[in-house]
Amino acid sequence: MPRTPIALSERIEYLAILNEKGQLDAELEPDISGEMLLRLYRAMLVGRRFDERLLDLQRQGRIGTFPPIKGQEAAQLGAVAHLRPGDWMVPSFRETAAELWRGRTLESVIICNNGFSEGAVISPDHNDLPVSVPVGSQILHAVGLGWAARYRKKDDIVMTFFGDGATSEGDFHEGMNFGAVFQVPVVFVCQNNQWAISTPVARQTRSATIAQKAIAYGIPGIQVDGNDILAVWAAAKEATDRARAGGGPTLIECLTYRVMMHTTADDPKRYRTEAEVETWRGRDPLTRFQKYLLDKGVLSGHDQLELDTEVLQEIQRAVDNAEKQMQIMGNPLDMFNHVYAELPPYLAGQREELARELATGKEVPS
Amino acid sequence: MTNDVMQKLTYREAVREAIREAMKKDDRVFLMGEDVGRYGGCFAVSKGLLEDFGPTRIRDTPLSESGFVGAGIGAALGGMRPIVEVMTVNFSLLAADQIINNAAAYLHMSGGLFNVPIVIRMATGGGRQLAAQHSRSLEGWYAHIPGIKVLSPATVEDARGMLWTALEDPDPVLIFENAGLYNMEGMLPPDIGPVDIDKARIRREGKDISIISYSASLFKSLDAAEILAKEGIEAEVIDLRTLRPLDETTFLDSVARTHRALIVDEGWRSGSISAEISSRIMESAFYELDAPVERLCSAEVPLPYARHLEEAALPQVNKIAALVKKMVGTHG
Ligand SMILES: Cc1ncc(C[n+]2csc(CCOP(=O)(O)OP(=O)(O)O)c2C)c(N)n1
Ligand SMILES: [Mg+2]
Repeated sequence: MPRTPIALSERIEYLAILNEKGQLDAELEPDISGEMLLRLYRAMLVGRRFDERLLDLQRQGRIGTFPPIKGQEAAQLGAVAHLRPGDWMVPSFRETAAELWRGRTLESVIICNNGFSEGAVISPDHNDLPVSVPVGSQILHAVGLGWAARYRKKDDIVMTFFGDGATSEGDFHEGMNFGAVFQVPVVFVCQNNQWAISTPVARQTRSATIAQKAIAYGIPGIQVDGNDILAVWAAAKEATDRARAGGGPTLIECLTYRVMMHTTADDPKRYRTEAEVETWRGRDPLTRFQKYLLDKGVLSGHDQLELDTEVLQEIQRAVDNAEKQMQIMGNPLDMFNHVYAELPPYLAGQREELARELATGKEVPS
Repeated sequence: MTNDVMQKLTYREAVREAIREAMKKDDRVFLMGEDVGRYGGCFAVSKGLLEDFGPTRIRDTPLSESGFVGAGIGAALGGMRPIVEVMTVNFSLLAADQIINNAAAYLHMSGGLFNVPIVIRMATGGGRQLAAQHSRSLEGWYAHIPGIKVLSPATVEDARGMLWTALEDPDPVLIFENAGLYNMEGMLPPDIGPVDIDKARIRREGKDISIISYSASLFKSLDAAEILAKEGIEAEVIDLRTLRPLDETTFLDSVARTHRALIVDEGWRSGSISAEISSRIMESAFYELDAPVERLCSAEVPLPYARHLEEAALPQVNKIAALVKKMVGTHG
């Protein structure tokens, strides 16, 4: 018997539409309405400016540690924009732009980053999950949500985000496998930002792409220029259409870059070169999209300036609001509120004990 | 040993020196985990070791706790002496199957053929505003598992000395480093050797009450003892050091002298190591007691993120002092 090649049904493509200079491959240009283009642009701008403001606030000690998203706006928004309110968005911890798109308020992000659980709110008309800290764990939740939606004959789909590092966790592989076997309506969006803290993607996988891992699970996979919002949009449209039509899951690998530190507790100079960061700064998703919109006449130089001011004002209002709201948050007794649906007696006892301590705290030596 | 040859070290440096020394002494020893190389470990413990020992022995791994703990078990079975760093106890849960079902049971399952001489280090504890999923104290929970040893070094000396003893141990050893202690300084002789890992220590002597504690809570207990001493209450403070096997002799003897026991533990109280200690006192020193055993543990909630909420949830010096005063005021 000779050795014969096995025909695999999937092949892996790379998709880019808008190059680094903002030049368009007109043949591949997706059909996006002017209104949607502007919404996307505004969301990218808010994502960018808010991230910068959060960094300032963190450096001033006004919020705690947070993970910056700079450079990943397109890779998040081009994908999440295809979701309907009733769909599920299942983020990791670095998808602030996508969360804001889904109706999360700027205030809630600031409040959360200050340690108040009052900030952990999902917009009431959206079906999303909160951020997930144990890397990769949310992928399985997304698969379960998708499976439940199908079981209940709902046409909701699920989109989950995770990093390149997460693809080394068992949860990623188990999630892809489960999703594929049961053909659940899930879009797996990998934000391959090249780094997992100090570990480069080459230390996560020997595969030439993350997208090709889809082949092993028998689902379609595609790699896109994640800093090109048109490419992300186009790939995510195919994937979400497929999921809605009962065609099962898709893996999208967005090639992007974590321009900033892992979190504000990290100094990336310890493990990567400034030259590498510079190269990626040259591939910025926001300026690229801006140029496209200006060329297309969807955005004018005047609109652009107005929008810049408007966005900065919106962020300032949110900071003021959040700081005002936080003044009345944080009663220590509230920590018992969300342990169980109803406070069991032994916890009620611990709560009372704490209340007594807080009341008499000043008399105790310390 | 005179003071001028003593070396000032932080807890972090002590662990690093212990790793360095182990790597030098024994070429079977290597360190592996997430971001341990170029980054120097998420708590900077292994900073500089990559430069000294190279990437084969200071190995950055894929982000895969079950993966590298499992591979560490394999390497240990293959004759190596791995030191596996899991970033924090929180993420050791992704490797719980490898630790509990595999490492801890291997000798048993292989009918005594295979020991697993692996050392798994991880940070633990709250109090640094890292929110619930980064702030767990689960060492007491690991102490429930037969087949592993669970070490909880509190002092700089133990941080330095326990690693070597652990590496010499034929069984799997878990070392829990409370992240709040990494910056704590202590004086050590440069040539300090291994320490025992099976005895608790009395860190302060006293006659009125035994405060039984370990890790970061030890220092809160010692601070409370200082305050109490000014009010004429002499608290004895015990550092358990090792949670499995538990050295009960030291605390039972202490309780027999002081007749009162308070357990201070950052873990939760239900089904906990503090419950275990209390139980052992009931079983073996019941008639010595002048007052009921008390426990000061964390509020049984996922640890809050905001600073004042977190402080309210954790055992604190003033709470320890207040509770001791109440207990000492009680006569049996
Ligand atoms: C299970 C688990 N292990 C370790 C960590 C610590 N940690 C937080 S983020 C991170 C890197 C994640 O990298 P990647 O998946 O590429 O996402 P990115 O941070 O680049 O967005 C690590 C190791 C964690 N949160 N969860
Ligand atoms: Mg990454």
